[in-house]
Amino acid sequence: MRVLPGNTLLRHLLIAAAGGAALWALTYQLELYRDYQLATAAAYLCATAGLTVLTGLNGQLSLGHGALMAVGAYTVALSQDKWGILSLSLALGVLAALAAGLVIGLAAARLRGPYLAGVTLAVAVAVPAVTTTWSSVFNSDQGLPVALDPPPGTLALEQWQAWLAVGCALGVLVLLANLTRSRFGRDFRAVRDDETAARLAGIDVARTQVLAFVVSAAGAGLGGGLLAVLTQSVSPGAYALSLSLYLLMAVVVGGLGSLAGAVWGALLLVFLPDLTHQLTVGLALSPGAAQRVEGNLPLAVFGLTLVIVMIAAPGGLQGLLRKLVPFRTITPLPKSEERPVSDAQRT
Amino acid sequence: MERWLFLTTDGLSKGAVYAAFALAIVLIWRATRIVNFAQGAMAVAAVYVAYSVTAATGSYWLGFAAAVLSGLVLGAVVERVVMRFVEHAPPLNAVIVALGLVLLVQAVLGSIYGNEYRPVGTPVSRTGLSVGGVSLLSAYDLLVFGAVGLVVAGLALLFTRTPVGLRMRASAFAPEVSRLLGVNVAGMLTLGWALASAVGALAGLLVIPTELGLHPNAMDLVFVSSFTAAVVGGLDSPVGAVVGGLAVGLVLSYVAGYLSADVTPLAALVLLLAVLLVRPGGLFATTATRRV
Amino acid sequence: MSLLRVQGLTAGYGGAPVLSDVDFEVRAGTVLAVLGANGAGKTTLLRSVSGLLKPTAGTVSFDGCDLRGVRVEHLVRRGLAHVPEGRGIVAELTVAENLRLGGLWRADRDAVRADLDEVYGLFPALAARRGHAGHQLSGGERQMLALGRALMARPRLLLVDEPSLGLAPKAVAQVMAILRHLRDTTGLAVLLVEQNVRSALAVADEAVVLALGRIAAAGPAAALRDDTALRHAYLGF
Ligand SMILES: Nc1ncnc2c1ncn2[C@@H]1O[C@H](COP(=O)(O)OP(=O)(O)O)[C@@H](O)[C@H]1O
Ligand SMILES: [Mg+2]
Repeated sequence: MRVLPGNTLLRHLLIAAAGGAALWALTYQLELYRDYQLATAAAYLCATAGLTVLTGLNGQLSLGHGALMAVGAYTVALSQDKWGILSLSLALGVLAALAAGLVIGLAAARLRGPYLAGVTLAVAVAVPAVTTTWSSVFNSDQGLPVALDPPPGTLALEQWQAWLAVGCALGVLVLLANLTRSRFGRDFRAVRDDETAARLAGIDVARTQVLAFVVSAAGAGLGGGLLAVLTQSVSPGAYALSLSLYLLMAVVVGGLGSLAGAVWGALLLVFLPDLTHQLTVGLALSPGAAQRVEGNLPLAVFGLTLVIVMIAAPGGLQGLLRKLVPFRTITPLPKSEERPVSDAQRT
Repeated sequence: MERWLFLTTDGLSKGAVYAAFALAIVLIWRATRIVNFAQGAMAVAAVYVAYSVTAATGSYWLGFAAAVLSGLVLGAVVERVVMRFVEHAPPLNAVIVALGLVLLVQAVLGSIYGNEYRPVGTPVSRTGLSVGGVSLLSAYDLLVFGAVGLVVAGLALLFTRTPVGLRMRASAFAPEVSRLLGVNVAGMLTLGWALASAVGALAGLLVIPTELGLHPNAMDLVFVSSFTAAVVGGLDSPVGAVVGGLAVGLVLSYVAGYLSADVTPLAALVLLLAVLLVRPGGLFATTATRRV
Repeated sequence: MSLLRVQGLTAGYGGAPVLSDVDFEVRAGTVLAVLGANGAGKTTLLRSVSGLLKPTAGTVSFDGCDLRGVRVEHLVRRGLAHVPEGRGIVAELTVAENLRLGGLWRADRDAVRADLDEVYGLFPALAARRGHAGHQLSGGERQMLALGRALMARPRLLLVDEPSLGLAPKAVAQVMAILRHLRDTTGLAVLLVEQNVRSALAVADEAVVLALGRIAAAGPAAALRDDTALRHAYLGF
């Protein structure tokens, strides 16, 4: 049963347009703070989608994507301060993250497993140091404000933010979905599965890995830029190591290597703290303890989920869903090895 | 010259801690091919135990002993309950599980103790003894050197001179053959994790009072510096880890002293990258065949 | 009296079984040779016997006791030593450490020391290289070390996987002579897996031929040696 067109790009565009229209309508129904949450999830989605391509499809672990988001965010803050043109700022944010991703990716292409994890961890830990070392630009721990023009017409700020972020996220999803279905996507997977075999098959392994890093960094940069627009400020505290770990948790729990998993993960990042908040309200704790627990419970749940998912269900939520409902409609991105050969050859 | 002397002794003292922590990383890496990214968080947890015990009893040394003991237990529990299940999985899985533990441990600590820095006392003075007008080693530095020296010597003796050490080495190098020879390999792994985690706890105990204080994230930077030290030493070599630790301590101390204390995380990153890209086998490797 | 009894053993690696319904026994104080071409399932057989691989069906009993549920690391304590394919010496440890490892589980320290001297007496080449690391040894020396290390457990049954592999003919003869010597002097039983049919049949009391995971022939070693048709069909000489 095939209701959607066979052309990959067209199909993805149609799905995205349908999703975009539904979400656009939804923003009118939601309360403003829900719109804001939707926008935040969309911003995270740009980063998780990029990370899942890198880690899930290409097998490179990055603990530095929080730092790449910071690059996007600070670029947007600086550019807004100077020129105040939001589209330009976001584009510059993507470019800056792309450049940073290129530098890290060039090194990463020569590193494997725990070494790569260690280097990207060092990158994540170095973010506050960068902002204090060049404090005249980045203003140390205080960070920078992000100047924004008011939204057009009578539109509420949150609703406008939701449109912006969702639009960007859908764009990222379409681009990445096409990328993963293209020759590049196959190369990503081939390198992940067996570098030697990929090399023998004529794939330039290092170039493929750098490309994956750059693409993924661009997603993180856009996500960070959007986050800066949403919070209207940037500071190193918001882009600490824990952000990188959250992103990783999101893609692992959602399901490594599947863009649908990245969507699950991004939603989880926003709504799990909400849920744990309800939970702490339900617990009768002293005010001090309640505050401590509330601040840390999402972390604990994220960490525990990460451990349990990795041990019990490495396929993540999307993997579980796929087992429960084995329909093509919810698996827009089957792994290449699951696809019939003829399908793989045609693309 | 005076400044140089001060930075050198200070760097060696920090380096001794990095050496101990790097040694703990290397122990686990040799036994399981896993880099325990949760080691910093686990060490912090042990130091919080010390903090509570010291606060309750008023004795630094009771807290010290409690921390080392809880380090042992935590390491064994982490291996038994969690890491055992990813030892044979792809390397990515173990790293991710360890990172999950980082979040979990830090969150639990934050829920109990809050997320502010707590000052931690030392049993002896941290003011440098004045030698000819130059402020050099403090009594605390001597304590650090003594403790790390004892640990390094103790581990060396354990591994080279005792039956348990022989079993642990054999289990790390050839697990299946060791089982055929009657070695309880699973038990040796647990013991290895317990020992490494205790050494990590000791390093945390020694270093946290010299930095900002106790905080769930207090060891993040120490972990990066020590991982760098372990990589400098070749990741596989205990001797390399000790030498690497001292070297990294010195470099970071000079960077902090002559440039700015703020840039030390960047310096650690640059050092790590430089070693990995230029001498992937570590500075002391005889062969450069390691794939990183 | 049978020391090791294998019945209906079926084992594999998830796909089609590599071993199907294998039966044989090793009597105390005798050498049983398991012969077969590359890929016949010989290594799989030894690994199933010592429990490194869990059989899917069948039983292995040693000294009248079912080995299912016995942990691998407890086998040496019962008197069963396994020298794996490729010798399995620990290359990073010295000769002396490898040998110590073999008897480390034993509580009778004095007897262990005596056994160590005996092993060095049996393999003078090892005595001369006590302090050398395993990776510095020649192939023949490695095989000596693997055998000597197994003997440190004072086993009653020795499982040996292709000891002749990669050795010069002279070294092969030496290894076989030592196995024969041990059987004759200490009553050691040996389950000897070999592709080197001539050498194996020269020491074996009995032999089974393994082909495609099944027992294709079994009988006294002398009979197999003399059965020309069988030799041509399975053993290639
Ligand atoms: N670890 C393994 N996984 C899958 N198949 C294996 C494994 N080891 C051996 N085999 C297969 O089992 C068969 C028997 O192998 P093996 O027992 O090693 O034979 P032999 O020792 O007689 O040469 C071969 O077809 C081999 O491909
Ligand atoms: Mg074999």
